[in-house]
Amino acid sequence: MKDFLLIYRADYSTYPASKPERSPEEMQALTQKWMNWVAGIAAQEKLVDRGNRLVPSGKVLKSNGSVSDGPYTEIKESIMGYSLIKAASLEEASKLAGGCPILSYDGSVEVREINAI
Amino acid sequence: MPSDPRMQESELIPHLFRTEYSKIIAVLCNSFDLRHLEVAEDIASETFLKATEIWGIRGVPENPTAWLYTVAKNKVKDYFKHNAVIERQVKETMKLNDIETALDFEFSHQNIADSQLAMIFSVCNPENSTDAQICLALQILCGFSVEEIASAFLTNPETIKKRLHRARVNLRNGNFQIKALSDPEVRARSESVLKTLYLLFNEGYFSKTNDQSIRKDLCFEAIRLGLILVGNALTDTPQANALLALMYFQSSRFDARTNDRGEMILLEDQDKSLWDRGLIERGNHYLVNAYEGKEVSRYHLEAAIAYWHTTPTGGGKWQHILQLYNQLLLIEYSPVTALNRAFAFGKVYGWEKGIEEAEKLSLNDNSHYYSLLGYLYTRVDIDRAVGYYEQAIALTRSRVEAETLRKEVRRLMGDI
Repeated sequence: MKDFLLIYRADYSTYPASKPERSPEEMQALTQKWMNWVAGIAAQEKLVDRGNRLVPSGKVLKSNGSVSDGPYTEIKESIMGYSLIKAASLEEASKLAGGCPILSYDGSVEVREINAI
Repeated sequence: MPSDPRMQESELIPHLFRTEYSKIIAVLCNSFDLRHLEVAEDIASETFLKATEIWGIRGVPENPTAWLYTVAKNKVKDYFKHNAVIERQVKETMKLNDIETALDFEFSHQNIADSQLAMIFSVCNPENSTDAQICLALQILCGFSVEEIASAFLTNPETIKKRLHRARVNLRNGNFQIKALSDPEVRARSESVLKTLYLLFNEGYFSKTNDQSIRKDLCFEAIRLGLILVGNALTDTPQANALLALMYFQSSRFDARTNDRGEMILLEDQDKSLWDRGLIERGNHYLVNAYEGKEVSRYHLEAAIAYWHTTPTGGGKWQHILQLYNQLLLIEYSPVTALNRAFAFGKVYGWEKGIEEAEKLSLNDNSHYYSLLGYLYTRVDIDRAVGYYEQAIALTRSRVEAETLRKEVRRLMGDI
């Protein structure tokens, strides 16, 4: 078994959790979707760390010395969170990543094998 | 002890033995800083031997418990007066004055409760395997005989004797000592204490033995020990309350969950009028206490699931249960939780979705995996359901479970 990082990306301007007009019911439904999905991986004993969400605001530092606000000013999709899973292969890891709720909100999941230091 | 023919003449002594033996040992160990558990056990055993002799001749005294305590106390005095060798050993840790003071000990309600609590924390030592901890707990904290423990574990007394022996050697090597509990000790060991009580309860609730009375005894002993925990401010934690709530909810279904042939009845098919409302009420009480803090432990989640099972269908019941199983899996994976979650998933999103979740689990050597698939397929594809049930029958080691499944297969075949 190898460890894989799942990186969730989506557009903050369209993702329901970041919309100010979201209703409590919408939020609850979204939470349930995520819980069902991540617990489905845990049920196969393949979740290493459920990971975390990221706060939208941030800073980006560059080699030219510039510091800018947020990552999302330049690119449409931002990293919204991450999880760690384990799988026998990259193919299996990608299969586990399928059904991730972010995919139903025009987001993406990047699956990367951990190259342990 | 119960195999002693004189004891069988009286119903009273086995009963007292079960309830008082462990109390006497705990109080003696606690009052005299005894590192040698065996000394306290000898005194307790001699006390009961004397009871059988004297009560057989003179009849049972008016207050048998007080009689036992007085005799035990006198035996302790004799022990210190006459056993010079051991006295020297004790003197190393205790001055003679201390012994005199200690001899004033009382079997008061408070002292018994405190001593038993300290004993629980001494016995539940993570140095020992969990099986060994449960055996020790049954013997020292619950007064079970080796034969009774053996029949609870469906094994022979020799195996249990060996297990207990090894566990005691470990306790001694680990400088076994029962002492007044302090806050850091409680915090360091309460996880292991709660786990032992949880397993003790489960050993009774899901036991391999079909002896209903032993199973109930194990469960109610676990509850009794849990009540000692919540009875002391030091150990009255949200987790302990959650565990107690869980045990009460589960116990409430004791009479409803098997039929008169000992076959298991699924929760949904149980006669709910057989559920013990009194025990459910107590479960509710401790569940409310458990949620006073912010902490959510696995015991909280399991108790909450057991709570939802006591409520009528509707009102998003299964969605709640599913979300609780989801959280439980994120805290700790177990095949049972994974299977129960798949069932709940089917309840919320339909059997096909439940099958999808279940099939991902690939627990290919687990009979419950196949019986769950059999159950889920019953509404979808009877041939496959029968096939899965047959795989479950081939894998299970429980005769009763195999019989229950065979009956279900016959029912399905008749339906075709």
